[in-house]
Amino acid sequence: MRYDVAVIGGGVIGCAVARELSRYRLRAVVIDKECEVGLGTSKANSGIIHAGHHGAEGTLKGELEWRGNQMWDALARDLHFGFKRVGDLTCAFDEDQRATLRKIMAQGKRRGVPGLELWGPERLRREEPHLSHDIVEALYAPTAGVVNPYEACFMLAESAVRNGVDLALDRTVTDIRRVDHGFDIDVLWRRDVLWRRDVLWRRSGPQGQEMVAERIKSRFVVNAAGLFADAIADMVDAGGFTIRARKGEEYLLDKRLIGYVKRIVFPCPTPTSKGILVIPTYDGTLMVGPTADWSDKDDLTTTAEGSAEAFAGARRLAPGISEKDCIAEFAGLRAVSDTEEFVLGPSRVAGFVLAAGMQSPALTAAPAVATLVVDALRDDGLELVAKDDFEPTVPAPVRFAELDYAEQRALVARDPAYARLVCRCEIVTEGEVRDAIDRGARTLDGLKFRTRVGMGRCQGGFCTWNCMELLRERLGVPLTAVTKRGGDSWVACERTEVGA
Amino acid sequence: MITPKPAHLQPRYDVVVVGAGPAGLAAATGAREAGAERVLVIDRESEPGGILQQCIHPGFGLHHFGEELTGPEYAQRAIEQTLEREVDLLAGAYVLDVAPDRRLKVTSRDHGVAYVDAGAVVLAMGARERTRGAVRIPGERPAGVMTAGFAQKLVNMAGLLPGRRVVILGSGDIGLIMARRLVLEGVEVEGVYELMPHANGLNRNVVQCLHDFGIPLHLSTTVVHVHGRERVEKVTVAPVDERFVPRMGEARDIPCDTLLLSIGLIPDNELAHRLGLRLDPVTTGPVVTSTMETSRDGVFACGNVVHIHDLVDYVSQESLLAGRGAGAYVTGRAGRPDNVRLTPGQNVRYCVPPTITTEREHTVYMRVAQPMAPCTLRLGDIYEKPLRYVFPGEMLTLKVRPRFLEGFHGGSLRVDIVPRDEEPRRAPRTQVTSADAEVHPGGEEA
Repeated sequence: MRYDVAVIGGGVIGCAVARELSRYRLRAVVIDKECEVGLGTSKANSGIIHAGHHGAEGTLKGELEWRGNQMWDALARDLHFGFKRVGDLTCAFDEDQRATLRKIMAQGKRRGVPGLELWGPERLRREEPHLSHDIVEALYAPTAGVVNPYEACFMLAESAVRNGVDLALDRTVTDIRRVDHGFDIDVLWRRDVLWRRDVLWRRSGPQGQEMVAERIKSRFVVNAAGLFADAIADMVDAGGFTIRARKGEEYLLDKRLIGYVKRIVFPCPTPTSKGILVIPTYDGTLMVGPTADWSDKDDLTTTAEGSAEAFAGARRLAPGISEKDCIAEFAGLRAVSDTEEFVLGPSRVAGFVLAAGMQSPALTAAPAVATLVVDALRDDGLELVAKDDFEPTVPAPVRFAELDYAEQRALVARDPAYARLVCRCEIVTEGEVRDAIDRGARTLDGLKFRTRVGMGRCQGGFCTWNCMELLRERLGVPLTAVTKRGGDSWVACERTEVGA
Repeated sequence: MITPKPAHLQPRYDVVVVGAGPAGLAAATGAREAGAERVLVIDRESEPGGILQQCIHPGFGLHHFGEELTGPEYAQRAIEQTLEREVDLLAGAYVLDVAPDRRLKVTSRDHGVAYVDAGAVVLAMGARERTRGAVRIPGERPAGVMTAGFAQKLVNMAGLLPGRRVVILGSGDIGLIMARRLVLEGVEVEGVYELMPHANGLNRNVVQCLHDFGIPLHLSTTVVHVHGRERVEKVTVAPVDERFVPRMGEARDIPCDTLLLSIGLIPDNELAHRLGLRLDPVTTGPVVTSTMETSRDGVFACGNVVHIHDLVDYVSQESLLAGRGAGAYVTGRAGRPDNVRLTPGQNVRYCVPPTITTEREHTVYMRVAQPMAPCTLRLGDIYEKPLRYVFPGEMLTLKVRPRFLEGFHGGSLRVDIVPRDEEPRRAPRTQVTSADAEVHPGGEEA
């Protein structure tokens, strides 16, 4: 089959583009090397929807930050992912930094960012009593928000799929060729064959999959391949830029500290970095980070130095924060272009559109980036005819923990699966996990990022088993075929005698 | 096994016990003994017995039942004892919330979401395992890093294996037990690595699970890096100095596909937090009185929710007491409040209960901070007892009888464990078996 548009990369940019495309009468596909969308850079993101005042004037990053910011309310309403405008505070510790705050404030005002206020120590202490008393002034921006970035990806992708877009997951693009009226995209499909008896004993190692070569044909290509966008562009000679990985480590704190800090707290930015932040995530738990260090494109390690840096930075803002409260850590890789700017729009190859160099504030900008990409496709000759039956919304997932007593009673009377608890730390029911599987979750991480199951303080100690059982039951695979996040990330294997 | 279920969940019970592990079962039994009429035990699993059901190894019950049992056998006895006393059991259910007026919000497949009012509540939710995040092991985050308890469930409940070549971090009892269990299943266990200069689990487990199977125990050594993009491929271990800083010059890589964590248990105190109970910063469990009542009226707690026990036998005994306390509370026969405070002194991390009365017999549980041998346990200046040794992994129990405090009129007793280097050795007053002596060297009548 031939597609009109193939989007390479199912991160938040690719998913947003796919969803934007699904408004029109055309055939589109999203290709991603992971087993679910959003598992790369987008998953390991700080989840901040930036307020709109930080990005420098005259840059794409700066302009799209504010434009994207304003699009999240409608998206979150239609797609039911977690999004909350919690506001942010940029903190000054001395007179120089106070001057910087004023510069950022003026910049935001010129751009039209509303509600910016300077808070003195007294106001700050009243609003955020746990912040350092060394902060002499803070710039408050009510438009900043937090989002669960992986949820946004899942929901954007689900909306796109409901409106006719295909997902081609577990597929690594190996080559792209220009052909008449379009592109041939060669992919290697890593097909999981773990449930086949004959390969069960070879469990440990990549023998658990078989590689299947496929060719996907498409008239247009959108390169939203994140860290690998440079390699993808080079395949058709549409590149001329390089992407480097800048790693950020983040540390999640116990929910005992929910409410300890209510807004996203930034140190005063330097020309190179936004610094270490304290972030109340959408669910309220605090996160500290991210660090920023050049790294390899496959380096997702957390380090002792990164941990020390993140906590030292966080303590400077909120001295009561301690390593002892850490329940989980992760690292993500920013896709940074040579110019540090977004590489966005048409390339020198007609029909090959770029959405690369997507580092912060790319999450914020994603909805705006998607519309720009679609504009670029139209400029390259893609005909856009709006569908009359485009459905902008997806059904709201059930969130048992957020319902009141009467609603919970009514829900479980309708379906008792919502009465059985699967995850006790985050109060997630069997019904919610089942729904997530039915809506596309295939892995333990897929369930975690859709339902919060396993995200709490016990980190899956109790619920992993229940989730494995439910995946087995709903997908009809043995427990040994259940993975953490696809590929070779198996959790359990057969007894030794099978292959001894 | 047939588990009786209440046909109708009553809107009100005299005592509601949260958790049907050994603690909850004993508490329910105790509550009935003390005169509570309607007692309900709620458990999240479909069967009662708690974590014991996956502990298929022997070594349970020597103190409480006077014979050696496996975990499921111990559980079965506890279940029978409880059900004989006409206790209602609601399995496959979960307590979402407890209000200070002891109204519980319960969800279950059989009864949906409902409120249940309790004359007294006993919290017996047990503990959870510390995970990787708690110790922040650097490196990648592949599949195959799991707690020892989860691996135990895979092996003993599902008949699966956690991996083929395993490294164990931490020498907690579950890790030691799993080292042996996995070797018996044909899994290669490369070794057990322990940050501290001493093992964390019971000495008998070090001997029976590691030494007897030739599994090396590397003390003062820790895992400093996890490698593997999708599944664990190797770990890097390094010895640590006296301040627990890894000596990276001596680090080495160990190929493996699994890293089991046995790095401690944490009281599972979600409900205690919700109730706003006073918590002990050392145990992280609720502060209790000598009847195991918490800082809220009519709310009791027992078992690993209060402090981490070494043997289930002590959990049962402590929980029986908590149940009796709850029963006495609802029948209006609660005794007089505690009048003596036990203050942890040298080498004593905590005492549970932290307060006692001069009127009743008490069993006081303690943990030490450092191994010490030989040593002396001192209770203020009124009692002294020589001990062969003390060990952080092994709980100390001390029985305090009223006659022993007859001449005591103070409000506070300091508990110290001090080295006994040059003193002449005195034999313990009562003969104990060698196993007992290892397990609770202080378990003597005062």
